[in-house]
Amino acid sequence: MINEAANPGEKSFYQVSTNKHTGILSWLLTVDHKRIGIMYLIAILSFFLVGVVIGLFMRWELMFPGKTIMEAQTYNTLFTLHGVIMIFLFIIPGLPAIFGNFFLPIQLGAKDVAFPRLNLLSFYIYVIGAILVLVSLFLPGGPIDTGWTFYIPYSIRTSTNVSMAIFAAFILGFSSILTGINFVTTVHRLRAPGMTWFRMPLFVWSTYATAWIQIIATPVIGITILLVIIERAFGVGIFDPALGGDPILFQHLFWIYSHPAVYIMILPAMGVVSEIIPTFSRRTIFGYKQIAYSSLAIAFVGYLVWAHHMFTSGMSDTSRWIFSLLTFIVALPSGVKIFNWVATMYKGSIDPQVPFLWVMSFIFLFSIGGLTGLVVGALATDVHLHDTYFVVAHFHYVMFGGTGTIFFAALHYWFPKMFGKMYNKRFAVISVVLFFIGFNMLYFPKFILGYMGMPRRYYDYLPEFASLQLVSTIGSWILAGAIFFVVGYLIHALYKGKKATANPWGGVTLEWHIASPPPMENFHEIPTITHEPYDFSQLKEMKYGE
Amino acid sequence: MEHNNTEKHGGSYTTLVLVWIGLLALTSITVTVAGISLGQYTLFVALLIAAVKSGFVINIFMHIKFEEPIFKVFIAVSGITLFVIFLLTFFDFIYR
Amino acid sequence: MASNIEATISIEQQAHRDDVGARMGMWLFLFTEILLFGGMFLIYAVYRYQYPDQFHLAGMELNTGIGTLNTIILLTSSLTMALSIAAIQKKNKALSIIMLSSTLLFALLFMVNKFFEWSAKISHGIFPGSKELLEKQNGEILFFGLYYVMTGLHAFHIIIGIVILTFMLVFLIRNKITSDNYVKLENSGLYWHLVDLIWIFLFPLFYLIQ
Repeated sequence: MINEAANPGEKSFYQVSTNKHTGILSWLLTVDHKRIGIMYLIAILSFFLVGVVIGLFMRWELMFPGKTIMEAQTYNTLFTLHGVIMIFLFIIPGLPAIFGNFFLPIQLGAKDVAFPRLNLLSFYIYVIGAILVLVSLFLPGGPIDTGWTFYIPYSIRTSTNVSMAIFAAFILGFSSILTGINFVTTVHRLRAPGMTWFRMPLFVWSTYATAWIQIIATPVIGITILLVIIERAFGVGIFDPALGGDPILFQHLFWIYSHPAVYIMILPAMGVVSEIIPTFSRRTIFGYKQIAYSSLAIAFVGYLVWAHHMFTSGMSDTSRWIFSLLTFIVALPSGVKIFNWVATMYKGSIDPQVPFLWVMSFIFLFSIGGLTGLVVGALATDVHLHDTYFVVAHFHYVMFGGTGTIFFAALHYWFPKMFGKMYNKRFAVISVVLFFIGFNMLYFPKFILGYMGMPRRYYDYLPEFASLQLVSTIGSWILAGAIFFVVGYLIHALYKGKKATANPWGGVTLEWHIASPPPMENFHEIPTITHEPYDFSQLKEMKYGE
Repeated sequence: MEHNNTEKHGGSYTTLVLVWIGLLALTSITVTVAGISLGQYTLFVALLIAAVKSGFVINIFMHIKFEEPIFKVFIAVSGITLFVIFLLTFFDFIYR
Repeated sequence: MASNIEATISIEQQAHRDDVGARMGMWLFLFTEILLFGGMFLIYAVYRYQYPDQFHLAGMELNTGIGTLNTIILLTSSLTMALSIAAIQKKNKALSIIMLSSTLLFALLFMVNKFFEWSAKISHGIFPGSKELLEKQNGEILFFGLYYVMTGLHAFHIIIGIVILTFMLVFLIRNKITSDNYVKLENSGLYWHLVDLIWIFLFPLFYLIQ
């Protein structure tokens, strides 16, 4: 096995330019997967914070019944923007584009992704898409107010800038597709000698499964969006019921992508969990192959369930029960994973460091999200709960409590590797606790509100919902406080943090064998893999500790 | 490895021309058949012929016959996905 | 394990170029195209299922002759494309250039035909949003909507193909594509065949509803 960490005078990828430029151009024109990953991190984190601020304003408006700070139309715009930014600019690209780009090649023992230039192109397509979203806000006609689902017929009737905003989503889809193509090819072609399929770390497995969904599902939303734009621009009859079209068909096509997209969001997060738990349990993962296969199973079964978003849309009864049944099947591979994670910890030597605490928080929040998913996946209860706050609470527990929490877990786990600095661990522990409290205060009341009948996307509400709405708003302050605190101490750590060692956590996957931050081409020579991915007997040969 | 990169695959000129003739023949068949009323089978026959034609194009013109097996698996995956999407969508429209 | 051997090969290729990887990336991209058109074929299938008679009626208005001609043109262009690749593999640069140029010629011919076909339709007042079209039944409006969008998007792919193939022709002439490095030409060929493949399905679905 390699151990390249002990090489003091070595230059990191920050200090070596991949092109003939220096300074900012050496970043903007780089084809190095690590630099591109860092650029994604900056862009995606910025948009995430914008989304958080928008969410804060929405909660502020909902603090008291009636108008609090804004007009109803402004509120419609804000919840649409919150959705579009969080979905298309943060959570879909989030884990694959940042951590996938940075760590997938390293974990495979490769020097870069298969198509480095395509990788940079995909970053710029992301930037163009993001700029288009912003431009659409300031054009005459006003910002989009359809909700992030763009349902027909409202989206072809409203005079707001729907075309521009959804064209941005189309562009962002391209970026996602190119990343997917890159990762699938990388995994197939660039594995180091000895890196067999079943020696790949589980983060690679889940990113691989994700990449397939990105390739196969994204074009469907692409064409759907394109058709809506064409319909708005030329009056072609496709979905418009006035011309014989079927709005429910639009919903089918929308969810054929957008449901698998949920797995684009959650699968890489599950991969990160499968990295963190063995590292901090000092124990090989329980059921490696089952976790690997369950990633592929989730990716596939995720295609079969889209219409559970449409139980009350008026589609046929037959498809309602079929999709309800299939939805329950998705719970199985997810359950396999949760079981295996918990079993990994059993009799492990648990070291509850910061990333591990984030993962614990994830397992709790994601389990609530998953189990309430069964409640809304069941046909009968969904009829009662559809389009209420219950659904809002459910998907925030899954998306934010799941992927969002793991975004922070991954950031804390890999931060020392990416930047070569260690953050203040006491601050980090405080932030996990605050995050957890704020999160549950913000979203748990929504389960109750939804059950009581509070519809989603409403600007105003009945007086009996007031107290829980207030609790929720206060929770949003705690949660946002925790998030800004994290960003604050991480930025502080970049400048003032202690230097991190090559392997601060005692991990054994390939990224912990090289220096922090990694050198330009990751490995001086391509390693030969002789161990299983989570074989902790290697630790004896490796140096670790701070 | 160099060998792998410059490996010759793809048919001879003759094979390619023969496939082209076959494709033209199938086109004339499908146009002719469309003129005859086959009732509900018209669509089925037209799609069957189209499928055979695309089989030729994919295997010979697009060299899949000579490509590594994993490429075939890929094609199967995307084909199955597309089929499943059609099937499940039609559960709505057939039983509505 | 076979994957072991595969891994060894892949790493040795890293220092060189990886043509198999390049083709793999291209195929993955083609799947996105297939799913893109697949979405539209799904819409077509649903509406044809809902309005079988009106689709039949509307389909009768399309010109089968011009559709068949364009099918033959595209199939032939696919042949010349494949021949161009076969020629460069057999180190016959001149033939490869001739065949690639013919492919471009057929592509242009296809577009000329398409232009006349669409102009004829538009001069009869059948185009999206036209008074004549809106007076028709819903199924016919949908048929013509899909006709314009699907053949239009296909034609858009042909135009992109023309641009790509022109670049390839220049590369070929300037020896940027040679008999031992022709993966660019192969990948462009894959794209071109896919465009043909889509037409193979568009043709019976629009022009042959008799």
